[in-house]
Amino acid sequence: MSIRDRLSGNEAIATAMRQINPDVFAMFPITPSTEIPQYFAQYVADGRVDTEFITVESEHSSLSACVGAEAAGCRAVTATSSAGLSYMNEVLYCAASARLPIVLAVACRALTGPININHDYSDSMAERDSGFIQIYAENNQEAYDNYLQAHRIGETPDVRLPVMICEDGFITSHALENIELEEDEAVRAFVGEYRPENYLLKHENPLAVGPYGTSPYYMEARVAQAEAMKNAKRAILEVAADFERTFGRKYGFFEEYRMEDAEVAMVLMGSSAGTAKAAVDELRHQGEKVGLVKVRVFRPFPGEELAAAMKGCRAVAVLDKSEGFSACGGPLFAETAAACINMDARPKMIDIVYGLGGRDFTVDQAMDVFARLRRIVRTGETGPVYSHMGQRDLRKGDMPYGL
Amino acid sequence: MQKMTEIRWHGRGGQGAKTASLLLADAAFMAGKYIQSFPEYGPERSGAPITAYNRISEERCSIHSNIYEPDYVVVVDETLLESVDVTRGLKKEGAIVINSARSSAELRPLLRGYPGRVFTIDAGTISRRHLGAYFPNTPMLAAIVAVSRCVEPEDFLKDMETSYRHKFAKKPQVIQGNLDCLAQAMKEVKE
Repeated sequence: MSIRDRLSGNEAIATAMRQINPDVFAMFPITPSTEIPQYFAQYVADGRVDTEFITVESEHSSLSACVGAEAAGCRAVTATSSAGLSYMNEVLYCAASARLPIVLAVACRALTGPININHDYSDSMAERDSGFIQIYAENNQEAYDNYLQAHRIGETPDVRLPVMICEDGFITSHALENIELEEDEAVRAFVGEYRPENYLLKHENPLAVGPYGTSPYYMEARVAQAEAMKNAKRAILEVAADFERTFGRKYGFFEEYRMEDAEVAMVLMGSSAGTAKAAVDELRHQGEKVGLVKVRVFRPFPGEELAAAMKGCRAVAVLDKSEGFSACGGPLFAETAAACINMDARPKMIDIVYGLGGRDFTVDQAMDVFARLRRIVRTGETGPVYSHMGQRDLRKGDMPYGL
Repeated sequence: MQKMTEIRWHGRGGQGAKTASLLLADAAFMAGKYIQSFPEYGPERSGAPITAYNRISEERCSIHSNIYEPDYVVVVDETLLESVDVTRGLKKEGAIVINSARSSAELRPLLRGYPGRVFTIDAGTISRRHLGAYFPNTPMLAAIVAVSRCVEPEDFLKDMETSYRHKFAKKPQVIQGNLDCLAQAMKEVKE
């Protein structure tokens, strides 16, 4: 039986961690993820978990402690945001290449500068090539559900990769909303015990973790890691199917929202997708054939499936909540467009960078995007492929909202 | 979508506007509603203007933007009326509730022509009387429930009692003061 409750995204993730009772939580605080270890410290103090809770001096160290713990055969977790994730950068690659299925909760936040504590995906997108699986949530429910699936996905024998469970900083991490929680026993039964095949302290078969890989060996390791990421696609769907059988909520690589017969569509991630759904509903009510695709799994990138979802669309806008400074579009656009390259009838595609550093994304903005897409269909003119939305026009002297 | 109530809170860092928004969400949750409560963070410092929001509805709301056209506005600190455009976007069929010892007639000229209903409540005096200190957010919470009826007032008082008994399990001496504070605020809020 599900439990009706109300929790912020951070408390939802901390609750999932408590239910799973990992062996090690290595923590260093940073806004807006700090509440996750804060709640968890209370569970430790109250004796509700028997996790080894290690307070360390930096994010480089928190992830390093997780690497050590996982290599020793433990289940290890941590949480971070923004500069904290950047500071983990070197160790993220170590964790992934050593094939250690650590689960890292990320409350996504802008990177400096200017210094900013609010939400965008510049932190997680900067780590898209680290070898971590990346799963994104629209709201607190999805953050909780994604976390419950994370350990099993990462620990799948032919995957063995670390997983980032991403929620939107403040928008999800600090918003109180209704949630369906599952019983502790049901969660533990679903997630199961971690029984790694090999680990550092296995005396029958001791192994080295993180050795030097000379040229005759390095590439084989990297290809094996690439294969593991491909295998993760199957594992993600298998775990999602079992999750649906067990708890009744359905997940895939992405959510297609009213995409049946859609002529124009938006591709986007996280909480913004929820806001854009209201625009889709309004336009569908007016008889417009519009839809959206909410990308849940960014690593591995479900390119073929995404292209298939957009078959039949005449114009698509990809919304990027991070600025990659490529001068030709953000990372979600680059990968979505690449996925469509061999489609027989490709939709016209544009990229819109929006919502940086907590700039609010509204239903009205989503309506504007659909209006632009309909104009592209009507005129056949794509217009600027890469643009920004929501910034003030400083030449006109636009002031921040409320001033 | 069925009717949704949207509320915007204006306060200063440290006065508990965010906490009041959380408590209102809690009360609505206990009444069986779908709720959102979220703060808008600027530079966090004690005394700086802060904004918090509530959405209360019969179905889950997927919108995660700020609220620009609220049904109700709650002002926890009346000094904000001079520096913040608190009625911006406020629906004229809605209302504003202000913590002040002054009457709504005296405050209306500060509201930049807002044509809707204006309520006041002297939350400071009520809180000092029942809690012995300046905690304006507790009376403001009751006032917005009385004005908006986003939760049935009787259910609200019952649910808050349950909530306080849980929250203050180790400090039962403060429960009655808080409940009295809520009940008196519901009576004293006036147009």
